Amino acid sequence: MMQDPSILLILALVLPVMGLLLTLVVGGRYAGHIALLLMLVGLAVAAAMVVSVVRADDALIYPLGGWIPPLGVALRADGLSAIFILTTAVVVGATGLFARAEFRTLPGQPETRTSLTFWALLLTLWGALNLVFLSNDLFSLFVALELLTFSAIPLVCLSGRAETLAAGLRYLLFALFGSVLYLLGAVLLYGVYGTLDIGLLAERVRPEPVTWAVAALMTVGLMAQTAVFPLHFWLPPAHAGAPAAASAVLSALVIKASLFLIVRLWFDVMPALMTPAAAQILAALGAAAILLGSVLALRQARLKLLIAYSTVAQIGYLFLIFPLIVRPESVAFAAADLYTELAATVVSTSAWSGGVLQAVSHAFAKAAMFMAAGLIAQSLGHDRIADLSSIGRALPITVLAFALAGMSLMGLPPSGGFAAKWLLLSATIETGQWWWALVILGGGLLTGGYLFRVLAPALFGSRESVAVRAPVARYREVVVLALALCSVLLGFVRLGTFDLVQIGRLAKAGMGLP
Amino acid sequence: MIGATTLFGLSSVVLIGLGLFGLIVDPRPLRKILAFNLLGSGVFLLFGVIARRGAGAGLNSDPVPQALVITGLVVAFAATALAIALLLRLFQETGQATLDPEPSSSDAPAPSTDS
Repeated sequence: MMQDPSILLILALVLPVMGLLLTLVVGGRYAGHIALLLMLVGLAVAAAMVVSVVRADDALIYPLGGWIPPLGVALRADGLSAIFILTTAVVVGATGLFARAEFRTLPGQPETRTSLTFWALLLTLWGALNLVFLSNDLFSLFVALELLTFSAIPLVCLSGRAETLAAGLRYLLFALFGSVLYLLGAVLLYGVYGTLDIGLLAERVRPEPVTWAVAALMTVGLMAQTAVFPLHFWLPPAHAGAPAAASAVLSALVIKASLFLIVRLWFDVMPALMTPAAAQILAALGAAAILLGSVLALRQARLKLLIAYSTVAQIGYLFLIFPLIVRPESVAFAAADLYTELAATVVSTSAWSGGVLQAVSHAFAKAAMFMAAGLIAQSLGHDRIADLSSIGRALPITVLAFALAGMSLMGLPPSGGFAAKWLLLSATIETGQWWWALVILGGGLLTGGYLFRVLAPALFGSRESVAVRAPVARYREVVVLALALCSVLLGFVRLGTFDLVQIGRLAKAGMGLP
Repeated sequence: MIGATTLFGLSSVVLIGLGLFGLIVDPRPLRKILAFNLLGSGVFLLFGVIARRGAGAGLNSDPVPQALVITGLVVAFAATALAIALLLRLFQETGQATLDPEPSSSDAPAPSTDS
């Protein structure tokens, strides 16, 4: 163990950037090796960061250049950041392993531009994600978000076909719209409070008209990047033509980064603004996303688009945590003050844990599903759901992984998705907001519906086995299965572990509110 | 007589409004990119105004927003370059610079819903 664990924050940022530079120097032939090696180191760094945060029981802070805010800019890793950094390291590493078969340069063959581009972009994306999770300054976060967008978009249109270019351009326009609104919000905040540091803002922000305008601008901007209903239009086309590995990181991680920022914004930067009304509006959008996304997923003809719409739906669950953490006044039925306080604490942690567990288990499950869909598409040459009959016989491990990941999405016990939805459900009951419980249950049913559409013919197709065009490497199937297992095994993690979320939180939002 | 900061502040508001309108309403991607630049310019101008208003005693302006504006300009420039590059490639591939759902060329059916 190092003397000063805050050096880990720097390592988490420097590793991907170092890899990117090395990749550009040595060329595409060794890019894959460098990237995979660094991802292994990055995984160790992320694990060490989680251990350090737990051991210190406080956030790790690294002031860049030794300058303390407000003069300087600091990096900060609290429990929430550490969890997301670890998830990112696992998913990016698995994606790298999975993509190795597709983007490596065999000895004796000429280097391809695609392979160099892919590895360079994957490393950039990883670095940008770590920066989003560690930055403690609204302007650094803006730069990190832009870096993330600029690395995700070329990954989406890596194949260079016209429809992927159009999808990439549409994604870029949505992302730019979002980032410029976010920047406008940051500018106004600086104008009013004279700082962009999250910790300092948290102390200074007051509920006044300009702060409400800032909250609206930044939330809408970040929602456009998260693909939350009604700004989700860019997501499915972007997935349709992207390589499986790019889809996996896009759905599992990239959109979580802007979501992470929305959570940071409402609970860390402006806890004073988190009123029950605002929380109900955010959750209503989430509920609409769950229902609409699931219904659209039911109607898709292609497997990849089905999974993409399922992402739109699953992101909606994360917006339900807002009203569950901030209790509406109608629930203040307990006369005794002591009891109210106690209930608030319990409710707030279970909704927090549920939300984070949902984000993490969705990341693993969705990455596994997109990779499984990629393997199926590769072996069949298409991904039409109607012609997937008995694919389970040809690719048993892949379909098993898809089913396990689906189990987690649906929320069947004992998966991580079940634990997440259970925590959210119990939070809805405890806070007396039964209408969100109906949405969670309805969403689960619809999820079961669209996954059944894929799994029933895949496992029990009556026709003879489908013609497999190209075999897939066994190790890639194992990577997909491992990710799906991660998502399921999260259900066995002791829930106390997710108290990690509360470590180093700036303001315990929801606890002091009525 | 209104002061210079107020005038510039109002101009930035006009730019932001025009840019936002163009970005949302105009369907043509090139116009959207231009509108994004207009919107960005408005935001940077607003930041400049804030720097002027927040000036310390004896200084012309607060240096922090100025440093941030320079970074923001670089980012906006990179974003524009990426968008134009994508649009050019799209034009080379399809012969048109629109985002309308075209008849799909792949064997799979095009996404049937929305956008």
